Amino acid sequence: MEAILKDLGFLIGTTLMYSTPLIFTSLGGVITERSGVVNIGLEGMMFFGAFVGAAAAYFTQDPWIGFFCAGLAGALLGLIHAVACVSFAAEQIVSGIAINFLGPGIALFLSRMLFDGATQTLTVPNKIPLPLSFLFGEGKLFPSAGVMDLIFNRFATVYLAFFLVWLVWFVLYKTKIGMRLQAVGEHPEAADTLGISVYRIRYSAVIMSGFFAGMGGAAMSIAVVSRFSNTLISGHGFIALAAMIFGKWRPQGALLACLLFGGAKGFEIFLGAKGVPIPSSILAMLPYILTIVILVSFVGKTTAPAAIGKIFDKSGK
Amino acid sequence: MKLNFPNLKEQFLKGTLGLTLISIALGFILGALVLLVAGFNPLEAYWVILKGIFSRPKYVSYVIIYATPLIVTGLSVAFAMRTGLFNIGAEGQFIVGAIVAAAAGYFFKLPVGLHAAVAILLAMTAAACWGGLAGYIKARFGVHEVISTIMLNWIALYLSNFVVTLESFGRQGTGKTYAIQKTAYIDILGHWKRSKAGIAFLREHPVLWDVLKSPVNMGFIFAILLAILVWYILNKTTLGYELRAVGFNPDAAEAGGINVKRSMVISMAISGALGGAAGAFQVLGVSHRIAKLAAMEGYGFDGIAVSLIGNNSGAGSVFAGLLFGALKYGGSKIQDAMQAPTEVINIMVGTIILFVAMPKLIRLILTFKGRGGKS
Repeated sequence: MEAILKDLGFLIGTTLMYSTPLIFTSLGGVITERSGVVNIGLEGMMFFGAFVGAAAAYFTQDPWIGFFCAGLAGALLGLIHAVACVSFAAEQIVSGIAINFLGPGIALFLSRMLFDGATQTLTVPNKIPLPLSFLFGEGKLFPSAGVMDLIFNRFATVYLAFFLVWLVWFVLYKTKIGMRLQAVGEHPEAADTLGISVYRIRYSAVIMSGFFAGMGGAAMSIAVVSRFSNTLISGHGFIALAAMIFGKWRPQGALLACLLFGGAKGFEIFLGAKGVPIPSSILAMLPYILTIVILVSFVGKTTAPAAIGKIFDKSGK
Repeated sequence: MKLNFPNLKEQFLKGTLGLTLISIALGFILGALVLLVAGFNPLEAYWVILKGIFSRPKYVSYVIIYATPLIVTGLSVAFAMRTGLFNIGAEGQFIVGAIVAAAAGYFFKLPVGLHAAVAILLAMTAAACWGGLAGYIKARFGVHEVISTIMLNWIALYLSNFVVTLESFGRQGTGKTYAIQKTAYIDILGHWKRSKAGIAFLREHPVLWDVLKSPVNMGFIFAILLAILVWYILNKTTLGYELRAVGFNPDAAEAGGINVKRSMVISMAISGALGGAAGAFQVLGVSHRIAKLAAMEGYGFDGIAVSLIGNNSGAGSVFAGLLFGALKYGGSKIQDAMQAPTEVINIMVGTIILFVAMPKLIRLILTFKGRGGKS
């Protein structure tokens, strides 16, 4: 019984750890797309955030400064995307693709400049802390390596991610600003006639999505691992994007989808640790197959915001 | 004269070619600025890149070798884009094509020429199914192709990594498969250039020798043929007309009696076949095997850039692919020559795409300048 509980604890713990970067980024996706702006550039923003987070945490020795800088880095790319899509009527997917070249390009360029020509940073001196670690260990409330330790002794980013899911849900559905955001995403012309500034809301939403994606990258580079490398993000932004659509553009839905992807990763690691003779690549494939199966069988027609991807021009051109 | 000038400018701006060229110029300017801020001499860097592309026949052949897969994945993305679909899945289709070409090249025993043809056709068929699946899921269940192809990319990547571990196919412990049979190679004069007569001849002809030092292969010629084929299908056939009609306005196409769902599947299948062809050319012409992938290689994503810069057309993809291939190959040289990060190329490409996405901005800048000139 104890062993089964511990296995379960390990599984839940690793799931939480690997879901967290996806949750941040996916929430960013929810925010921007609910305002009507497609952001396929989440990948590039996450990549840039992962680098800036690790680099800033390395130089300042403070993981939280790194984490915040990562958000700013993502927000900077968000600003570029917003200028292109909101002010200059850019094709949103094309602009997103551009961001996916710019983000990694700038990150690796800076990495080579700051870290002696390497496409990875050095190990950060301090990772994101484990806020509940005082509860676990000998003579503490819970024994170390017990099931409670395995589940709850997690990086602060894990708890922050869950809090942000609630916060985004709350803002989106329970506040005036959230209602306005939704109105802009569903029917910008109507929102405009009611005196809501479509441009301002979309700018804020896109920049905010970059901030979230940047934090997602740092949740990877200075919590899950302790440095940035050029293959660290490799598609996680796209998975977060898929999770957002999978979760039907809702924060709570995105959370569940991210947990599914994180859970599959946790399961893969768990079975690997147990020495189960299933090839790891087959296991790694499962969440993606599962996503397609679920989309095909349950979700059906996706329910995107009505005005998504459409250019809004106040002058009516 | 004065009256003609604005007309000319208008002509230039109406066409997408002008906007693309301006975007490319802006990309180069921004790349120069980035290098300048980072403390490098941009003129020197561009000179190094230029020399790295043109100064030796071998370099030019490498540019073509780098460009070939990008042109073909570019065609794949372009074909889908013209029919209203966004194929992010060229990456996965490339991988599937590479797996099948490597397997057919290794397991089959066939004569020269036929072997490569069979491998390419099988690779294209498999990748057509891979792409067509995304089209089918969209047509039948309404699942957006961007999501399904992202998933299919990852499935393809892990499938490839699984295949590499198989005992009959993968060299155990190396993370690579066995090399394909020589009969499946598509390199040009590959056998001859290694023979005694060939070496003797090439010693007399240094330029040719230099060219053949690189793995020059038929892939580029096939890529051009595929570009012509894409142009022909889209512009000269009923099928192409129907597919483009669906891309332009699915409701109108439906009303006009075109089977929209069928069109989606066909379009994604053709797009997939092109992505698979790119993977096959790479395996049969350059790598001769597949290896474990730690991350996406990016051929499909680069293909998106190529397609966008090439205005989603056949000829455009060829030119944009050559430009991208040249920048990638030439750009890799500034690292050694002057320790300048080669990733400035990615920044340039990103900038070019960003401006390509914003014709409104470019028109604005130009009209503003025009006004300033008058006053």
